[in-house]
Amino acid sequence: MIYRPMFSLPSWRFRSSFSDLERMKQQMDRLMDVFSGYPGRGRSAGVFPLVNLTEDRDRYYIRAELPGVKSEDMEIQAERNTISLSGARKVAAERDDVKYHRREREAGTFSRMIGLPGEIDPDKVSASLADGILTITVPKAEVAKPKQISVKRT
Amino acid sequence: MAANVSKEIQVREKQEASVPAEQTRPGAVFTPDVDIFEKESELTLLADMPGVKAENIVIDLRDNVLTVSGEVSPPEGREEEDVMIEYETGKYYRQFTLSEVINQEKINAQMTEGVLRLSLPKVEKATPRKITVKAV
Repeated sequence: MIYRPMFSLPSWRFRSSFSDLERMKQQMDRLMDVFSGYPGRGRSAGVFPLVNLTEDRDRYYIRAELPGVKSEDMEIQAERNTISLSGARKVAAERDDVKYHRREREAGTFSRMIGLPGEIDPDKVSASLADGILTITVPKAEVAKPKQISVKRT
Repeated sequence: MAANVSKEIQVREKQEASVPAEQTRPGAVFTPDVDIFEKESELTLLADMPGVKAENIVIDLRDNVLTVSGEVSPPEGREEEDVMIEYETGKYYRQFTLSEVINQEKINAQMTEGVLRLSLPKVEKATPRKITVKAV
């Protein structure tokens, strides 16, 4: 006997339309990147803290906005091509008799891994915290630095 | 005593502020996250304004409207190129209408690690004077 489904299963259909949507969303995201003219702009990993990664010839710079986080409450680890950043933001409790009108500032822990596009020199990574902005300076490994190649005339 | 630190912080995108008038200088304007609480004698405002130096904060209070704004200078060096950008930087701006009368002279502002702490002492209310009626 030949089994012939009369209807396609709704569950299958749902899943397919969802994955279509997902694909469409990805395409839109890519298109938006093209329009905005910046690579990777507007897409975030969805993990606190949000970081900006920039580079010059010799170094990568990772910046994150961490207002109210003390340097001793933060831990940074460097590996071959990843930097992991973790810590806690503490919002000091006020006296008990205060009445809150607004409470938007969040306290809690965070941990994030940042992948770098090239190899780095983990021993020379340095970090500084100023005005609530963390800057991690990551020197590139010698092998990852661009080389100047002179063309010889023959 | 620290508040609940065990929970993980969720990502929140910076909120662009709606500014009453158009800016002359281009650039994004963001709403800082704030805590506002009240004690008997004063009102305190804490605002997250990362990247703003103490001298670049402007606090203005007139007709019961408190305006807090802060300028940010771009942290990137000239040679740097963007690889991955998850947040934008720009000015901070936020306004509040106050219901209490504030003693303007005693306003105190501090900036530490990108957090502004602003104390706004209330004007002392006139203590009611008791009037006794003498019987003649």
